[in-house]
Amino acid sequence: MTWIFAAMAVWSLLGLAPLAARSARRAGDFGIAVTLLGAALAAVPVVLTLAGRPPAAFSHPWAVPYGSLAFALDGLSAFFMVPLLLLTSLGAIFGWKYWQHEDGPIGPTWLFYNLLIASMVAVLCARNGVLFLVAWETMALVSFFLVTSHAGDVEVRKAGWIYLIATHLGSVFLLPMFVTLGQAGTSLDFDHLAAPGTLAPATAAIVFVLAVLGFGSKAGFLPMHVWLPEAHPAAPSPVSAVMSGVMIKLGIYGILRVLLLLGAPAAWWGWLLVGIGLASGVFGVLMALAQHDLKRLLAYSSVENIGIIAMGIGVGIIGLASGQTLVAILGFAGALWHVVNHALFKGLLFLGAGAIQHATGTRQLDRLGGLLKTMPRTGVAVLVGSAAISGLPPLNGFASEFAIFLGALVGATTPSRSGLAGLLVVAAGLALIGGLATACFAKAFGVVFLGVPRSDAVEGAHDPGAAMLWPLGILAGTCALLGLGAPLLLPALLPAISLLTGLPAAMASAQLHFLWRSLIAVEATILILAILFFALYAVRSRWLAARPVSRAVTWDCGFGGATARMQYSSAAFAMPLISAFSAVVASHGEVTGLSALFPREGSWSGHSGDIFKAALSRGFGALQRILRRFRRLQNGNLQVYVLYIALTMLVLLVWKLGI
Amino acid sequence: MVTQALLILLILTCLSLLGSSRLSAYIRIVALQGLLLGALTLAVHAKSLSTDIVLLALGSTIIKSLVVPRMLARAIREADVRTAARPFLGYGGSLVAGMLLLPVALWLGWHLTLPHPVAGGLVVPVSLYAMFIGLFLIAGRQQALTQILGYLVLENGIYAFGVALLVDYPLWVELAILLDLLGAVLVMGVILFDINRDFDHIDTSRLSALKD
Repeated sequence: MTWIFAAMAVWSLLGLAPLAARSARRAGDFGIAVTLLGAALAAVPVVLTLAGRPPAAFSHPWAVPYGSLAFALDGLSAFFMVPLLLLTSLGAIFGWKYWQHEDGPIGPTWLFYNLLIASMVAVLCARNGVLFLVAWETMALVSFFLVTSHAGDVEVRKAGWIYLIATHLGSVFLLPMFVTLGQAGTSLDFDHLAAPGTLAPATAAIVFVLAVLGFGSKAGFLPMHVWLPEAHPAAPSPVSAVMSGVMIKLGIYGILRVLLLLGAPAAWWGWLLVGIGLASGVFGVLMALAQHDLKRLLAYSSVENIGIIAMGIGVGIIGLASGQTLVAILGFAGALWHVVNHALFKGLLFLGAGAIQHATGTRQLDRLGGLLKTMPRTGVAVLVGSAAISGLPPLNGFASEFAIFLGALVGATTPSRSGLAGLLVVAAGLALIGGLATACFAKAFGVVFLGVPRSDAVEGAHDPGAAMLWPLGILAGTCALLGLGAPLLLPALLPAISLLTGLPAAMASAQLHFLWRSLIAVEATILILAILFFALYAVRSRWLAARPVSRAVTWDCGFGGATARMQYSSAAFAMPLISAFSAVVASHGEVTGLSALFPREGSWSGHSGDIFKAALSRGFGALQRILRRFRRLQNGNLQVYVLYIALTMLVLLVWKLGI
Repeated sequence: MVTQALLILLILTCLSLLGSSRLSAYIRIVALQGLLLGALTLAVHAKSLSTDIVLLALGSTIIKSLVVPRMLARAIREADVRTAARPFLGYGGSLVAGMLLLPVALWLGWHLTLPHPVAGGLVVPVSLYAMFIGLFLIAGRQQALTQILGYLVLENGIYAFGVALLVDYPLWVELAILLDLLGAVLVMGVILFDINRDFDHIDTSRLSALKD
């Protein structure tokens, strides 16, 4: 644990250095040095633990009631540390140059960025309820300050409040959860909570539901996802990448940690998570498809991916509850793996969005276009990320979704347990989500990078400098590596999986072999297809070499007078799919000026609202109307407050003395 | 016997506070209470009189019935207010409420189990009663000055409670509280003048115009 403590000290104490820097440039230098130094220190025990070293632990009394400074690094924590350290380091490298062009002071931004890393590591290592909540709240507050970096903008402030309220609403459920667990045990230390499996089924169910509500609001489960599409676009791109890639995954970590604390799960917990995951996945990708703002689109896509992860955990729980270890292992392996994968490609896409915004000054899809010619390197990296997030083989998104798919399929087709046929829903859902995600990212990539520029914002755009390109390149490379090298990387999952399933590592490894064989088969197929593709391409090149090739404007379809506005717009591309799902996506467009026979000036405007956001804001409105009546109690009159105190005292005295 | 008489006088001063409207009368009554409490200290400890207790009685009497009333009298002179304006509950109503509080205080005082032997049957109920009246004045009157007086009466009640416990150290705690209160009165006096200078009134019920 010494390494981890040293890293946390570096992030939080040396993290103050950027505040003292004279210039933005110097603040960036300090900030990135602190981030990378801490990450290097923390990486040592993470690698050792994943390689099979027994978990390290540290415990020390703490003056806070029920609290103790209990830290530990086991397989599950170490596994979540990998994307955390990788993405925060790359985000810092990206931010190093990105933030230099900010007009405000960037010292505080760097301080909060490093504090966010420290608090996330503390969340992962905390082994005491109070300590965990302190770390959790620190993480929420620090990220609130990061979201509101551009607090001069009223929209950003609004997004910040929505985020703050959402995250606190989530914490409301965590406190009773820990109290319930602690009541059955001897203290709030995770080691002394109720022993796994000893809780009464009803109590365990309450704890699990509280965990899903509390951690789910951070992770972005439907319908608590509403803060994601507000906070992610408002935050600076490196922060969105870290928040979406890593921070919301800590909600997933929380659910898995509670599962470990609870012991043997009930089957309906799994079905609950499968249901939530399916709803989040389908709704998230549909809403993403309907967005016109690149970062909002990515935020909704995070909801989708969290849904996929929830489905994986659900499949794992169902497998555990029904005694089918292979199903459990495939489910958990897919979920954990998707955690890393999503961190990689969503980090890549958010950083890519940052590079685009940096170059063009806009995130509106309908003001971009044709960027592949001016920003070719960013374009290739974003293309890899888009393909990976759509779950296309041979990239990493496919590998993890394939594991969950396989788990669902194995569970549904095992004849002895007919009850698991319902898992086919997962398989069908994953297929639907994958298809819609492909459409969504075909739209995002196509509108931004293909065609011709839609506005003059694109003019003069160029690839960013090396410091911003390298993180994109590294992430794109890792996406490919984790896809192609998936079979080789399975052992890194073992410590976490053997914890979650309660199987010895050797047995879990034997079961994972099934996944390994399937992946090898898929990759062999892909290899053959790739060879075929390149052979055909070579034939085409040879054939065309002897003939004249003329080039024309994209999308002109033979019509000579095509303008940039005649291209597919983002709304037009998504329209067929959105209208098919109009029950879920409240999308409406308005056409004006096109009623007469002859063409006149006309316009069209479209808008898609989030039905859950509307419902939640109605709910909050009703709540406010009820609570407004109580405002009369707090009327600002000092005398009345004194009266409250006196009356309370009197009532307590009379009550205590026994009437 | 002397103790009982002093306590009954204390109750009467509390009631007369509720019924009067002139600020100078309030100050005189609170000063009188200080005198009564000084005498009470001596009366309760009559059998085991020590230098400490005499000094405490003397000190508290000087502060309660001379220093603080002087300061308050100066405050009303400089702020130029004569009468306690518009109580939330009328004077008659206040008196009725005060009468109703008396049995409550008696009941509570007799049922309260205390860790130490108590001076006499009536001391604890009367000290509670003085606290209630102090709180009632704070809650029921509008001017900042009457609120200070309310705090003083509340403090008198706490002091009487300390006297009632026949041990020495609560007296020292009590003395410390007294000094705290003196400080608080000084601070409030300063604020009072500022409020009066800036807003031309010291009506605290109108201060809530600034609440968010």
